[in-house]
Amino acid sequence: MESKSGSVLVVGGGIGGVQTSLDLAESGFKVYMVENKASIGGVMSQLDKTFPTNDCSMCILSPKLVEASRHPMISMMTLTEVMGVEGEAGNFTVTLKKKPRYVREDRCVGCGLCAEKCPSKVPSEYEIGLMNRKAIYVAYAQAVPMKYAIDAEHCLYLTKGKCGNCAKVCPADAIDYEMKEKIEKINVGAVVLAPGYELFDARLKKEYGYKEFKNVLNSLEFERVLSATGPYQGHVVRPSDHQTPKKVAFIQCVGSRDEKVGNPFCSSVCCMYALKQAIIAGEHSTGLKSTIFFMDVRAFGKEFEDYAKRAEGEYGIKMHRGTRVASVEETEGNNLLLRYSDGSNVLAEEFDLVVLSAGFQPPAQAKMLADRMGFKLNEFGFCHTGIYSPLETSRKGIYVTGAFSAPKDIPTTVAEASGAAAKAGAHVFKNRVSIDTVVKETPETDVAGQEPRIGVFVCDCGINIRGTVDCPSVVEYVKALPNVVYAAENKYTCSADTQEIIKKMIKEHNLNRVVVASCTPRTHEALFQSTIKEAGLNPFLFEMANIRDQCSWIHMHEPEKATEKAKDLTRMAVAKSRFLEPLTKSKLGVNHSAVVVGGGLAGMTAAMDIAAQGFKVDILEATGAMGGNMVNLYTNEGGISPKKYIKDLEAKVRANDKISVHLNTKVEDVSGFVGNFKVKVTGDKELETGAIIIATGAKAYVPTEYNYGKDKKVVTQNELEKALSEGKFAAKNVVMIQCVGSRNDEAPYCSRVCCSKAVKNAIEIKKKDPKAQVYVLHKDIRTYGFRETLYKEAGELGVKFIRYPENKMPEMTSDGKILVDDTVLGAPVQLSPDCLVLSVGIRPNDDNEELAKMCKVPLSKDHYFLEAHMKLRPVDFATSGIYLAGLAHWPKFIDEAIGQASGAASRAMTIISKQYLETQGIIAAVNEMVCNGCGVCEPVCEYRAITIVGDPANPEKRKAVVNEGLCMGCGTCVAACPSGALEQKGFKNNQILAQIDAALVGGGK
Amino acid sequence: MSNEAQAQAAPATEAEGWAPNLLVFCCNWCSYAGADLAGVSRLQMPTNFRVIRTMCSARVDPEFVLRAFAKGADGVLVLGCHPADCHYIGGNYRTRRRIALLRVLLEQYGFNPDRLKLEWVSASEGMKFQQTIKEFDRVVREMGPNPINEE
Repeated sequence: MESKSGSVLVVGGGIGGVQTSLDLAESGFKVYMVENKASIGGVMSQLDKTFPTNDCSMCILSPKLVEASRHPMISMMTLTEVMGVEGEAGNFTVTLKKKPRYVREDRCVGCGLCAEKCPSKVPSEYEIGLMNRKAIYVAYAQAVPMKYAIDAEHCLYLTKGKCGNCAKVCPADAIDYEMKEKIEKINVGAVVLAPGYELFDARLKKEYGYKEFKNVLNSLEFERVLSATGPYQGHVVRPSDHQTPKKVAFIQCVGSRDEKVGNPFCSSVCCMYALKQAIIAGEHSTGLKSTIFFMDVRAFGKEFEDYAKRAEGEYGIKMHRGTRVASVEETEGNNLLLRYSDGSNVLAEEFDLVVLSAGFQPPAQAKMLADRMGFKLNEFGFCHTGIYSPLETSRKGIYVTGAFSAPKDIPTTVAEASGAAAKAGAHVFKNRVSIDTVVKETPETDVAGQEPRIGVFVCDCGINIRGTVDCPSVVEYVKALPNVVYAAENKYTCSADTQEIIKKMIKEHNLNRVVVASCTPRTHEALFQSTIKEAGLNPFLFEMANIRDQCSWIHMHEPEKATEKAKDLTRMAVAKSRFLEPLTKSKLGVNHSAVVVGGGLAGMTAAMDIAAQGFKVDILEATGAMGGNMVNLYTNEGGISPKKYIKDLEAKVRANDKISVHLNTKVEDVSGFVGNFKVKVTGDKELETGAIIIATGAKAYVPTEYNYGKDKKVVTQNELEKALSEGKFAAKNVVMIQCVGSRNDEAPYCSRVCCSKAVKNAIEIKKKDPKAQVYVLHKDIRTYGFRETLYKEAGELGVKFIRYPENKMPEMTSDGKILVDDTVLGAPVQLSPDCLVLSVGIRPNDDNEELAKMCKVPLSKDHYFLEAHMKLRPVDFATSGIYLAGLAHWPKFIDEAIGQASGAASRAMTIISKQYLETQGIIAAVNEMVCNGCGVCEPVCEYRAITIVGDPANPEKRKAVVNEGLCMGCGTCVAACPSGALEQKGFKNNQILAQIDAALVGGGK
Repeated sequence: MSNEAQAQAAPATEAEGWAPNLLVFCCNWCSYAGADLAGVSRLQMPTNFRVIRTMCSARVDPEFVLRAFAKGADGVLVLGCHPADCHYIGGNYRTRRRIALLRVLLEQYGFNPDRLKLEWVSASEGMKFQQTIKEFDRVVREMGPNPINEE
């Protein structure tokens, strides 16, 4: 139906909900982001580090939380629950219940005096009970919003009418004990669910002694132990005696792959997070040895296999493969005795600390949400979705992202979150607004002619910096530098509360330059720039000193020298900041269309999502047919074969008047920039577009092993599927070999889908002919998520799984028999297949390099396209305006490719939906007084942004002119200019020279 | 981190007394990201270098290098994207030509041209960043202080 609303409701304020909200807001939609807790951030805010990059979780999350909380298009509603949803897609009426905070958000300044004086101690949910909080509290130090809340259950005043301390000490008069629950109705066009998941309650596995033995922790508790903000300030100690453990055991699959506790599925992420925790624990304390007890290592994601290899090889983490650990007993000194089997004997080993890698399960509120909002849950209690509709719930207009639909990792969640935004946007796009009509920009303070007044904020980054660098002494040092009128230390300079402090200090001390000494400008400059902008300073009056990534982290064992270096780096930043000038950006038009490269599943899905919001899309397909790899997939998924699905999708694409399909068309050149690309394609045609999506797919490995191509009984899984679907399959003795062309020297990564595919096809064979023998020869079975149930079903149907050693592939004898070392039996087994099925891996396309070069985007070491950030920017490139989806990114399943494609579509629409974009501030500028028009700069510019023109007033004089839309701000021309007439704004000669001089104070000391 | 990596990380500058003063120009897209990656990977290295970020290695004006030596730097390292990987298409090729010329000029001024070095470090080469710093530190250490500082 016709949409009446331009708004979307997002349920949940974790990383999924935040990403959906940001995408929608940036695309011009009003967002209500509802969170039932007092602050947003979700589970990701509790994590110490994230795999496989070991990025500090809070450091990458915090800027997003801050951005969401301050976005003019987002209403953040905490302590709020959805009570009901009426109406239909395009026009829902949602009833919300806002629980009382008992603290007025408009008044609370987050000073924390109230909590200091509160006598009531309560175990902190955020610290999972390892620490206490007060009855008036913020969940964590960097919480967004930085507003206290009273826990009515434990407040002495609210329960017994006594105390009232908080109201007495609050300097802002923010406490309101009379606050009442409020019911509110809002009108939205669509809903996105992102309520996340809950950790399995490990008490149900009684044999592991969780909550009984002090030194048995669950994985989230251990994450807090590792965290600098956690109960032990990041020192790895055990709860019983606060001593550093020497031996730590990780027990995998606690509450996962376990029918007995009602969770037959695999939780998908625990293998990786256990490896990460073992690595980090080892980094934190020398001599700590970790052993991981597991069944299969499920390292199926991008760069995961490498990470797992490094954990074992470089970090010396012991991997114990076997059946489930039988039991944990407490021994003397609160040590723990693990009993487990090595296949033939029961062994026992003592550890100082045991970490239970607890699985995911649906949140407690899942059932209630489903009832109130009218969508279905699946058999495991997660939100029901389909293989071909991974973002859709059973109710039209309500979408889902993240771990609420299945256990999944952060990047998949973030990609889907963007995808859900694209889906939701399709119901409200007719009421899109231009953001600048909503934003009230703070008028800019004129700093021209003022003496620099510099404020310096030195970040501890928890202990990431302060663990090595003596931050207080850096602050003292900086205070004495000329023009520095304010300097202070912050625990996390990126947190929401510190943004408020920065703004306050700018006002209080009349600061006209701000320097932050913390992490890298590559991730955090934009955040601080928008903070000072809100305080009325031009965002370019800002400079960063990188004292974490490039100081404390690389000089961990030399605290004194690192401290000296931190002072030097900060002094250099201060020196540059003295010469900073306000810069303005100009506005450029945007082409409201997209080009999708690749006509497979991902490409067509992305195109449909973009067209659904009224934008024109061109699909470029290099071959003569649409469909990509999907046309070779036959086995039904959710009742429909992939081949049929893709044919139907192609028909829809062809029928859509917004979409133009160009077959036999390749990209020949890409020029221009975000919002204004020119794509030159086959046949000398040129397409103008605002955004580009790379969805060029990947290809199946063509095996040379096992007589493939010579012997007719040797086939690939795809060929087997085809034979099965055509009823032409009659073999009685089937052997499948996994990892043919994956996890080897040539392609060291896991191709992700082959295990599930083999298991699925094995089931098909068994169902057709129960007497047929099927053997699956493998290294690990990686049927993650709900696909684990296929693995189990195959086992029940009598499919036999034989694990062969990592370094010894099964061999084929000259008479076609297969010899495999069975690692469980410890003996070689000979099989005589009448059909040998090779599970071939996925390989990147050969022309990736060519396309990457044209688009100026990078490839990973395995030659897949490399996204801007593996965790939080999974479909973006560092080059803005270009996005990524499908197998071009990494091997993946159909549902994952669809979710990601919708994600890429959403990211593209955040650009092409805008009326205009702003140019970069740091472009080149010509000083016309000095320029003599010599023309050295003109050919130097790669972007043809410079032209030499005659001065109309004085035909004798020629000068260089910079096109601001084309200038990318590299500064090449500036270094080439012989007369000093060219300058790069933000990187001017005097600014860099000041940095050089400041670096070399005292010469070669 | 494993023990081996930590052992390898033992401070190299401790015993010798004198440590060269190194200035490192990193381009924003590759080498600065590579330096960040070295940090994220906790790769340990000598402390005696300071990084200045420019958007492209081609922004490094010869004047910057000469100023650094005039102010007493013992070595200057310019790091950029690998050939063909430049975020700005071909900036690094210009850098390569400029640095080659500049080394000739330095020699004419009586400096050991090896005090100026150009190297390619990509965003995924934290390890190479570490190795490059260690190696440059070793080379300049052997050369001894900038002659300007001796005067």
